[in-house]
Amino acid sequence: MRRRTTALVGSLVLLTATGCGAADMTKQASPFANAGGAKSVTLSVQSWVGAQSNVAVAQYLLEHELGYRVDTVQVDEVPAWDALSQGRVDALLEDWGHPDQEKRYVTDKKTISRGGDLGVTGHIGWFVPTYLAKQHPDITDWRNLNKYASLFRTAESGGKGQLMDGSPSYVTNDKALVKNLKLDYQVVFAGSEAAQITQMKQFAKEKKPFLTYWYSPQWLFRKVPMTEVKLPAYKEGCDADPAKVACAYPHTPLQKYLNADFARTGGRAAAFLKKFRWTTEDQNEVSLMIAEQKLDPQEAAKKWVDSHPAVWKKWLS
Amino acid sequence: MATLSIPALRTGTPRVLRSRAAGKLLLLALAAAVLAPWAAAHWPGATWPHQLTVHLDKPLATASDWVIDNRDSHPLFLYFFGYISNAVILAVRGVYLTLLAAGWAGVTALSALTAWRLGGVRLAAGTAAAFLACGVLGMWVPTMQTLALMVVAVLASVLVGALLGLAAGLSDRLDRALRPVLDTMQVLPAFAYLLPVVLVFGIGVPAAVLATVVYAAPPMARLTALGLRGADPEVLEAVESLGATRRQRLLTARIPLARKELLLGLNQTIMMALSMAVIAAVIGAGGLGDRVYQALASVDVGAALAAGIPIVLLAVVLDRVTAAAGDGVTRTRTIGWPYALAVTVAVALATRLLGALDWPAGWSLDLAEPVNRAVDWMTAHLYSGVPVIGGTADWAGHFTTWVLDPVRDGLQWLPWWSVLLLVAALAWLIGTWRTALTAVLAMAAIGVLGVWEPSLDTLSQVLAAVAVTLVLGFATGIAAARSDRVERALRPVLDVFQTMPQFVYLIPVVALFGVGRAPAVAAAVVYALPAVVRITAQGLRQVDQAALESARSLGATGRQQLWQVQLPLARRSLLLAVNQGVVLVLAVVIIGGLVGGGALGYDVAFGLAQGDLATGLVAGAAIVCLGLMLDRVTQPTDRRAKKGA
Repeated sequence: MRRRTTALVGSLVLLTATGCGAADMTKQASPFANAGGAKSVTLSVQSWVGAQSNVAVAQYLLEHELGYRVDTVQVDEVPAWDALSQGRVDALLEDWGHPDQEKRYVTDKKTISRGGDLGVTGHIGWFVPTYLAKQHPDITDWRNLNKYASLFRTAESGGKGQLMDGSPSYVTNDKALVKNLKLDYQVVFAGSEAAQITQMKQFAKEKKPFLTYWYSPQWLFRKVPMTEVKLPAYKEGCDADPAKVACAYPHTPLQKYLNADFARTGGRAAAFLKKFRWTTEDQNEVSLMIAEQKLDPQEAAKKWVDSHPAVWKKWLS
Repeated sequence: MATLSIPALRTGTPRVLRSRAAGKLLLLALAAAVLAPWAAAHWPGATWPHQLTVHLDKPLATASDWVIDNRDSHPLFLYFFGYISNAVILAVRGVYLTLLAAGWAGVTALSALTAWRLGGVRLAAGTAAAFLACGVLGMWVPTMQTLALMVVAVLASVLVGALLGLAAGLSDRLDRALRPVLDTMQVLPAFAYLLPVVLVFGIGVPAAVLATVVYAAPPMARLTALGLRGADPEVLEAVESLGATRRQRLLTARIPLARKELLLGLNQTIMMALSMAVIAAVIGAGGLGDRVYQALASVDVGAALAAGIPIVLLAVVLDRVTAAAGDGVTRTRTIGWPYALAVTVAVALATRLLGALDWPAGWSLDLAEPVNRAVDWMTAHLYSGVPVIGGTADWAGHFTTWVLDPVRDGLQWLPWWSVLLLVAALAWLIGTWRTALTAVLAMAAIGVLGVWEPSLDTLSQVLAAVAVTLVLGFATGIAAARSDRVERALRPVLDVFQTMPQFVYLIPVVALFGVGRAPAVAAAVVYALPAVVRITAQGLRQVDQAALESARSLGATGRQQLWQVQLPLARRSLLLAVNQGVVLVLAVVIIGGLVGGGALGYDVAFGLAQGDLATGLVAGAAIVCLGLMLDRVTQPTDRRAKKGA
């Protein structure tokens, strides 16, 4: 008995003295990374197709031009920030503006570093299908929305007009907007972009009226032409208090972010991802192939890469 | 998939039962007469009174900030969670690298040989075909990632479960203490507790594995305890008389005697871990689940199915192989383990030398396109404008207006104390005063958390979905019980529906029913139906043949036999079917937050997506309470069955 105790204490001491260092939670890559001796990069993908396009093209070039293996993980933006800071993913290619996260991780903790502009400017707004705007030209001003509320009624909207919102991961002030602008509308959350797109296509097929939260750049505009509804103009800081918002959404130049360690030591992959910069049209072209023609993202990326060498050659230099 | 033990029928004398029920109701009515006017006078209005809520937003936000700020420096993380996390990552990585090193041929060979050893030639052929199919679908690497995750998660669950089960099996007091804990773990919908795990461990594999362990360990614990307790006392006595010590008795007699239960526990644990593999994709677990989830983002049902099928195949193979191991029939004329390993190594080395470790790029089949065409056709032709019966969108609209809205409005119109009373009455009638108390406390906790209204919204969806599930499930179950041919035809369909990840259903239901609560209900019905059908059919088939025979001899028609003999005698199984239906429906209705179901499911998704602990955790807790309440309200007194049966 005594001997066993001594052995136990001994091994404990040994453990604490040698192997038992601190387990750093910020240095834990995905277990699937760097398998089989290949250099690998882990990219986070967000649920919308635009983000898939960025990742698809980056992945294709990393794999075929630079010889990396790429893992992708689907994560929403805010958890992606968290994952970036912990090194679970190496890069986030399309961020729509999260000042809190930026302050916490980039400024204070310095675990994430900026990767520069994506080159695409994002804008959120309320949209109606263009066929409806042609029928009722004045529908595109928020002041006239109440007049048309009955057009937008659905089983879910409880007697009011339905304003369809999307995934819970999106930046939205719509509930406050409806309240503060005194609109006779009910915000119905589709719950995911996929659900929202499916529903919009169904409405469009039957030329039914609908009012939706939507954003550009977005490939769906080419399939379902939509017109933006004017909201009270955006002014710097008018959306500071979430409860009192009564203005439109800003135009946001979308940003890339990299894990700080990866940015320093990531070699050609990190340099490439920092230089990655393309236009809205480029992104839409790939998105349309993925979402509408149902191409595998890698096939879509290949098609785009083959036809736009001038754009991406710059990223590799 | 699993075998199910339905407790022996006990036919109580109805009159006694009825009078006891009346007594309970009378007591409750008395309590209501005293308490209700007082409650109504103090806190008028239908919703839960404001004064009785506790706001957790502030403390939860503080806690979440604390964790994020201290995650890199606090000893609790550096020396405890960090190690767990590292260990999980190392283990998963080790398994993954081994699988990759074996190559597709090696993995297929090893699994086929294992199946051969445990279950015979047919099983081996099936297993090999299943693995090859994963490759043909272009899902080899994700399948290996999921497999690596599964191996570690299952081992951890088995370890945790076996330890808990050992404790519960050997000590009565621990058994009593553990039972409510295990009950609760099994009722919790997994979607509800992803957020706290993510907060501590971050996105990715460690969080996914730990969430899976919480979900998958209970059946192992339960069955281990059951096996240890069920050991033949005579054998034990004999061993004892031989002078064996307590430990020897355990190792040489009790554990070997419990082999069947242990293997059934393993089987159950594997099934539950697999179903979790997909939900865990929401928190970045990678693998097949992630493919399903990514396919959803681009509204690509075909691709989602291509990633879902390997999950079904894995589930079927693992189920059959562990079931075969559990049969315990040692087969002659199969190969031994050393040979199996040797053959595997040889195959792996051969492919390595040939440089064909990765799945050959050309050998794949595009399933996505035809499936998408089929879905497009469905939505184009069924969505609206079908003559006479109307399109699916119209049905969904009617269902929402005529069923979901009235139920929700009715529930929200009821004064809060009457909801509590109703819950108490239902739970007490079907169970004991303890279950009634748990149910009422769970419901009250929802009010205290301040999410009374969304919870009743979710509850209304659950009730509507359960009603539809039961009508369809009982009808199909009866048909399956009365005809062997129907049952045989149904079995593979049920297998597929039960193991196909819930996420795969989400886009087709939106395409058919639009955005809203109706598609959430539809997805829940599809998911919960197989369990209800199975339990109903099994319950009806187990009805005492003598009773049926005597009814027949009295000249009862088929319909009379069914209504007056079979159904009443199968009452317990039917109740169990209701219970399982409720638990499964709740799990999916919540995921329905992703297709416009709103209410608690949306809040959980919101919490996960925005890292908002206050919203997500409170909604998650409310779901857990709702699950507990529903389970207790529908729980026959001495139920001992497992979730996902």
